[in-house]
Amino acid sequence: MKQNYTKLSVIKLIILMLFCLMSFTTHQSAEAFSGQVVQRGATGDDVVELQARMQYNGYYNGTIDGVFGWQTYWSVKEFQKQFGLEVVDGVVGEKTKAMLERATKFDKEFVHQNLREGRKFTYYGGVDKNIQRGPKGSKGQQPKEQPKEQPKEDGVAKQEEQKQPQEEAPAPKEEQPPPAEERPAEEEPEAPAEEPSPEEQEPAEEPTPAAPEPPEVEEDPAEEAPPEVDPEEEIVTPEEEEPEAQDDDMNIEKAMNVPEGFSDNDIQLMAQAVYGEARGEPYEGQVAVAAVILNRIESPIFPNTVSDVIFEPLAFTAVADGQIWMEPDDRARKAVLDAINGQDPSGNAIYYFNPQTATNKWIWSRPQIKQIGKHIFCE
Amino acid sequence: MARNIIIAILVVVVVGAGFWGYREHEEKNAILNHTENTYQRAFHDLTYQIDLLHDEIGSTLAMNSTEKLSPSLAEVWRVSSQAQNDLGQLPLGLMPFSKTEEFLKKVGDFSYQHSIRNQDHEPLTDENYDDLKTLYGQAADIQNELRSVQSLVLKDHLRWMDAEMAMKAGEEPLNNAIVNGFKIIDDKVSGFSEVNFDSETEHVAGNDEKIYERVKNEETISQQEAQEVAKKFLGRSRLDDVKVTETGEGLDYEAYSLTIADKKHNTNITMDITKNGGHPVWMLNERDIDKDVLSLSEAADNAKSFLDTNDYDNMQLVDSKQYDNVGVFQFVFVDDKIRIYPDEVVVEVALDEGDVIGFENFSYLANHKDDRDFNLELTKEEAEEKANGNLDIKEHHVAVIENQAGEEVTCHEFYGTIDNDTFRIFINAETGSEEQVEKLPNPEPVYH
Repeated sequence: MKQNYTKLSVIKLIILMLFCLMSFTTHQSAEAFSGQVVQRGATGDDVVELQARMQYNGYYNGTIDGVFGWQTYWSVKEFQKQFGLEVVDGVVGEKTKAMLERATKFDKEFVHQNLREGRKFTYYGGVDKNIQRGPKGSKGQQPKEQPKEQPKEDGVAKQEEQKQPQEEAPAPKEEQPPPAEERPAEEEPEAPAEEPSPEEQEPAEEPTPAAPEPPEVEEDPAEEAPPEVDPEEEIVTPEEEEPEAQDDDMNIEKAMNVPEGFSDNDIQLMAQAVYGEARGEPYEGQVAVAAVILNRIESPIFPNTVSDVIFEPLAFTAVADGQIWMEPDDRARKAVLDAINGQDPSGNAIYYFNPQTATNKWIWSRPQIKQIGKHIFCE
Repeated sequence: MARNIIIAILVVVVVGAGFWGYREHEEKNAILNHTENTYQRAFHDLTYQIDLLHDEIGSTLAMNSTEKLSPSLAEVWRVSSQAQNDLGQLPLGLMPFSKTEEFLKKVGDFSYQHSIRNQDHEPLTDENYDDLKTLYGQAADIQNELRSVQSLVLKDHLRWMDAEMAMKAGEEPLNNAIVNGFKIIDDKVSGFSEVNFDSETEHVAGNDEKIYERVKNEETISQQEAQEVAKKFLGRSRLDDVKVTETGEGLDYEAYSLTIADKKHNTNITMDITKNGGHPVWMLNERDIDKDVLSLSEAADNAKSFLDTNDYDNMQLVDSKQYDNVGVFQFVFVDDKIRIYPDEVVVEVALDEGDVIGFENFSYLANHKDDRDFNLELTKEEAEEKANGNLDIKEHHVAVIENQAGEEVTCHEFYGTIDNDTFRIFINAETGSEEQVEKLPNPEPVYH
């Protein structure tokens, strides 16, 4: 028995040493990218790392927001050119990643923690990180958002899970300054979130000793951060996570892709209209309603902006009876995106009506295209 | 005693209810008044703007000096869009008042196109002047009718709310003075809507018409054959439940609409297939998508091989974006290394299982052809000189786009940056004119 105990403790010791070793090495060489090729338009952790590394050596000076947009694309190309890679294509594959890992450092905790907290921050190499972070944003102050997004979090692909524990671990130690009530919001939900992750491989990474980062002083003036909104003001902005937003990476993502010519608010407004008009309808019918709005914008006989078309008096019943102010679901929003991306099940219709309830005789005189669900779409 | 108390309570209740009812009534009236005033303002403003439009077109006609013509046409453009805006605020959504909007749109297009062009090099032609004269006459007609409706409205205190009620109720014949007045205006405009405007504002054939033209001589397929097309397109060995319907006369080309059960995900796949030729037009699978395990670039490969198996050859990925757990990919046909933007398809791939969940090729179906002529007069360097000097040009392609007149033009496509923004410009490779300039979207911050 006793021997058994000692054996166990020896094993424990070895494991512990392994822990330290592994976490140490991961820290030194910095956590590497996942095996995925990263290209323009992508979102997520790999993009965060890419942007951070490129900013580290000065090729990228945009926001580290987790969206591979044009600015990131040009930076990658410039990097590929300067570092003599044979393909300068703006696509981050094995070689570019390897080169980046050799040429730069990446402090995952620093970057992700700042993103989580909604801070404005930069990550230039050779500059003390303490002066690279701006005041805390609104993120992490809303206890509600965390539990909501965590379950989704584990869906982000395998590499997420590997990284996850490591970035969470040091949090308690670093979190000293923030107000006490924040703590539970940040940490508590994290723990259960890790459980459902199917492959908890490499538990070794979990207790990463906190990177010896001195506790931050909250009011650190961010030198290169652009003029910032008062932290107090930002708290006011509702941070409530909308379900239809980029839910997978919500806690790391500060930006999202928007289709050309449409803001997120346009999409939201359209989603509300679609939800109000066709929430009980088949998905195809919802896409068709969204397409009708877009067809009207294109049409010479209707106004030419999203809001003008939707709020045109008597144009949509959902506007007239206030149903447009209901909160749309994911489907309605996805339907709008599909329509914006070119889908049009309505067959280019600019009118539709419910034959059960339509009182206006004129609408029946329009050449009909097809019926989807309970709506007839017409020219 | 008890009776007195009851009476007292009843009195209080009656008075209270009366007061509450009165308040409600007041409130409702205030809102109705407000709405009515909004309509009235839009209507009177519209009348005023049409006056202005008429005058402004008139003075443009009288003008001779080129340096004055452009600002004057720009003013016509501004006023016409203001009038369009007013019109959009009136509760006419359910009535055939489209011709007047169309008229305003045409005036707007005409004035915009001619105000931005260089009058020294391309002065207005005689035909342009004739068009302008026609527009002038039409503006006068609309102005007259509007003025007469306006005087009726003012004299009899006609209310737009009543018109709205009448239209909502769908009374037939409509016996509301305002509605009737507007109907008359619209009928008048219908009478002259056929006038041939300047070629640039002429009707540009839409994709639907082009698809019709393209497939009309191909063989008609049966519903059964359409199912075979769907089976092959979706890469399935068999289809479970399929429901087929036919599209109505409102669509230029005839098509079958298929609803195919997706047993695996317990949802439906919907798609349209043209009756002639059996071309898939679009396809949607509405299934829910789980966690994203695929990278965007893996998904792009799937999209590409999907196109390959369905015989869309020589397609090049020109844009990719990740929304939630869906990858959206824009492919264009490449002919002799030239990107043909009109031959575009969009493929959506789910990032969980990597299958294609959305496909759309209206544009490709309408425009695709293998043998195009390309007019490359200008070299890349010559075209680059035509571009804005502040633009830091980063990438160059040769591309065919459809210009505003609906013609295909060969262009030099430049991607460049000014500070942190990326722009794309198309310089006509034949004439050197700037066909299109657009600022490409940056990622949008998450505000909520």
